[in-house]
Amino acid sequence: MSAENSTGTKAAPKLPSSALSKMSFLSVAIHDYAMFIALIVIAIFLQICTDGVLLAPINISKLVMQNSYILILAIGMLPCILTGDIDLSVGSVLAVVGAIAGTMIVSMKMSVPVTVIVCLLVGLLIGAWQGFWISFIRVPSFIVTLAGMLIFRGATMIILDGNTLSPFPASYQFVAQKFLQDIPLFAAIPYSTMLIGVLIAAVGVYMVVHSYRQKLKYGIPAGSQWALIVKCALIVFVSLFATYWLTKFKGMPIILLLLGVLIVIYSFVCNKTVLGRHIYALGGNERATQLSGVKTKWVRFLVFVNMGLMAAVAGLVFSARLNCAAPSAGTSFELDAIAACYIGGASATGGVGTIIGAIVGGLVMGVLNNGMSILGIGIDWQQGIKGMVLLLAVAFDIYNQSKK
Amino acid sequence: MTLRSKRTGKGLPLGGSLTPAGRNEYAELFIGNERYCQNISWWGTGLDKVNIQVEEGSIQALVGENGAGKSTLMNVLSGIYPYGTYEGQILYHGQECHFNTIRDSEKEGIVIIHQELALIPYLSVMENIFLGNEQASRGIINWEKCRLEAMKLMERVGLKELPDTPVNKLGVGKQQLIEIAKALSKHVKLLILDEPTASLNDDDSEKLLNLILELRAKWGMTAIIISHKLNEVTRIADKITVIRDGKSIETLVKGKDEFTEERIIKGMVGREITDRYPARVNCPIGEVCLEVKDWCVYSPYIADRLVVDHVNFKVRRGEVVGIAGLMGAGRTELAMSLFGKSYGRNINGTIIKDGKSIQLNCVSDAIKNGIAYVTEDRKGQGLILIQSIRENTTLPTLDKLSSGGVISKEREIDVAGQYMKKLHIKAPGIYQKTKNLSGGNQQKVMLARWIYADPDVLILDEPTRGIDVGAKYEIYCIINELAQQGKSVIVISSELPEVLGISDRIYVMNEGRFVGELSKKEASQENIMRCIMQSNDKKTAEPGGGKNHECGE
Repeated sequence: MSAENSTGTKAAPKLPSSALSKMSFLSVAIHDYAMFIALIVIAIFLQICTDGVLLAPINISKLVMQNSYILILAIGMLPCILTGDIDLSVGSVLAVVGAIAGTMIVSMKMSVPVTVIVCLLVGLLIGAWQGFWISFIRVPSFIVTLAGMLIFRGATMIILDGNTLSPFPASYQFVAQKFLQDIPLFAAIPYSTMLIGVLIAAVGVYMVVHSYRQKLKYGIPAGSQWALIVKCALIVFVSLFATYWLTKFKGMPIILLLLGVLIVIYSFVCNKTVLGRHIYALGGNERATQLSGVKTKWVRFLVFVNMGLMAAVAGLVFSARLNCAAPSAGTSFELDAIAACYIGGASATGGVGTIIGAIVGGLVMGVLNNGMSILGIGIDWQQGIKGMVLLLAVAFDIYNQSKK
Repeated sequence: MTLRSKRTGKGLPLGGSLTPAGRNEYAELFIGNERYCQNISWWGTGLDKVNIQVEEGSIQALVGENGAGKSTLMNVLSGIYPYGTYEGQILYHGQECHFNTIRDSEKEGIVIIHQELALIPYLSVMENIFLGNEQASRGIINWEKCRLEAMKLMERVGLKELPDTPVNKLGVGKQQLIEIAKALSKHVKLLILDEPTASLNDDDSEKLLNLILELRAKWGMTAIIISHKLNEVTRIADKITVIRDGKSIETLVKGKDEFTEERIIKGMVGREITDRYPARVNCPIGEVCLEVKDWCVYSPYIADRLVVDHVNFKVRRGEVVGIAGLMGAGRTELAMSLFGKSYGRNINGTIIKDGKSIQLNCVSDAIKNGIAYVTEDRKGQGLILIQSIRENTTLPTLDKLSSGGVISKEREIDVAGQYMKKLHIKAPGIYQKTKNLSGGNQQKVMLARWIYADPDVLILDEPTRGIDVGAKYEIYCIINELAQQGKSVIVISSELPEVLGISDRIYVMNEGRFVGELSKKEASQENIMRCIMQSNDKKTAEPGGGKNHECGE
């Protein structure tokens, strides 16, 4: 490691040559932000190909709304992959939750809040059911969730009796289809979306500066002040520009807000909490974690309960977005969510991966999907290209690791 | 011969393992005119070269601390690190070799057996022997020929099992013999053994070493042995080369130089260690801290098999208690079953801690009650290799470092840094991943983890296995310090001199039972072995009988 340290409080590196530090800065950037850079390159490329349609405000909103449920699933999937497991049932769980919501609201005319609560509870219950078999009976997660995939798809068909239920009331569709301006409170505030952008920028800058200070304090290589300034400027620019861009259409989609909150919460849990550390440790070496006094069974159980909850949230969002509950909803969503995690740098053997990575991975696929659709490329080619992206992303990651 | 250094730029991670890829290591291997004579030069961090000459039909030992470059050297020689990733030449019978794969070197009769055995557990002995070298014509295996050949090879190494026996049904000692049979099937002329006896007990080690001597006598096989067990090395090697920090320090020739363990250690650490086991001073032994009564554990795999059989023992504060015994005596099983029932079924017995009877149903119970266990298998069951020193140090104690489930990063960094300094863990920083550390430093991370947990009783299972002399000494010092703080330390070790050197009192374990208790005064290697032998005799005389026998006095 030859990170530069211009303030030079701790052990001065022996390689002050600026050429070298630039090199290592670049290689660190490529190593740590490879997928993020790839996302930007892909977006720019498709932006040019589509004559500016891809990144137009209206399309950005659409992109977010279209991919929100996959991203929510990816947030739940990442901990599963971190513990070295996998969940193949999420597409079916999403469908069954949608079916329950449809039955309760459309057929039984029950109120929306009650339905949402029931649906979330069902998600938790399904997660607990699968977690029970995986953690306590020790059936491999692949098998339990493969069974779950069939069980819950069957349940969906039974509940819906083969029919598609619609329409949902507007209040149900709110989360998935509306914008910040549609909330009366926010509609009263001009530029409410921009205000959120300012908030994000402020928090982002604070966090970056804080972590830089901490690193200096403990003598960890922190990079130069210039890098810090560039980083802060980037955060401010991106968050302000992105929110400004969104205001050019209808403002911030509510689902983006929800997604943002989930990302923050789950990143926090993964990075800062004991539970998060236990999840990573469990994926790194289960026996060692167990012999360190961690109740590994409960950790794994919780991870699957959480996956059930996330699948339920995604189920609500998906049915609200499509305004219907269909028996075939969410088919192969599990594969998209898993692919998002892997593209985002998660390791198939567990212990490695980040929430942000999974989100970036999901966006890479979402942007590709959307861009190719705009270009009129058929679903057949889209599938193949997505497959190649998954393969190349993971191959690049492994190559990168081995080089290190 | 001209030698140049190509090593420039980045320094090596301290204590890390060396790999040639991309690191521009420099190696030259010469094999002299008529005789096997390898002259290996390898540039490590220093500028000296390593010189090894192996004569045909001789046994050459390579000794040195971990990370000194022994394994790298052997990997270059056997083609695991292909031609081109190092600089220089390998000369074999005066001919330069360009080994690109292991197959190339095997064609020349150079075979390497790694420390971690490369056998497929569910395949039979004969399938393993001929793995990658199947007795086949046009891709179809000739099982009759395979069996016949396998039996011939097995006879040569002294294996009496059926060739169809699955490998996982055999012990490590026999598995090691299969590896040798496998090497023989490749018409080995030069056998390289990387720590062949590290996981064997004395009996199996003895057999293996005798086999190597026999193969040399009968077939003229040449061998290079890498080992930490100096007593074995001095016994069987004709020449010993000491490697330190990538430099060859010296080569000792049997019958010409002083050929003793002390002499080798001096070369390995660069100074004379007058006392391999530091003395404990100011360490009064206090009252009983932990007492275990009638502890019984059944095997989780084989029903009705008692692996720990009515064991009784106690440890006092400030006392270091050794548990000696052969491999498979049930020592690890005892320790793990005590540590929150981490091993075994139907565990029965009483644990009394500070006069109170306690129940430990899971590891966190044990930790809460001040018991810690440092595993013998630090890579498999101890460390999370993909995580850093920091994360590994604090794993069991995150509760101490967090509030409301949120970890205080500052305090965590502080603690990890403190313990890294305190235990002299050699690494660039607490962010170093533990897989990049040498064995000794990995062990110190394990110790840091459990010392920070602040237990009253610390059980150390083979604390110095596979680590070098210098690091061993440091670990003994740490054990002493813990005892001085009034902690009780239980050390499980297969190395008798170690148990004798550091313990205040020794329990001897054999086949699941405690068969002897020896005070420091009466303890000797002979007495310990006598306890084991006597218990074996008694067992054959009166089967099923026997609790703790006192012996030695």
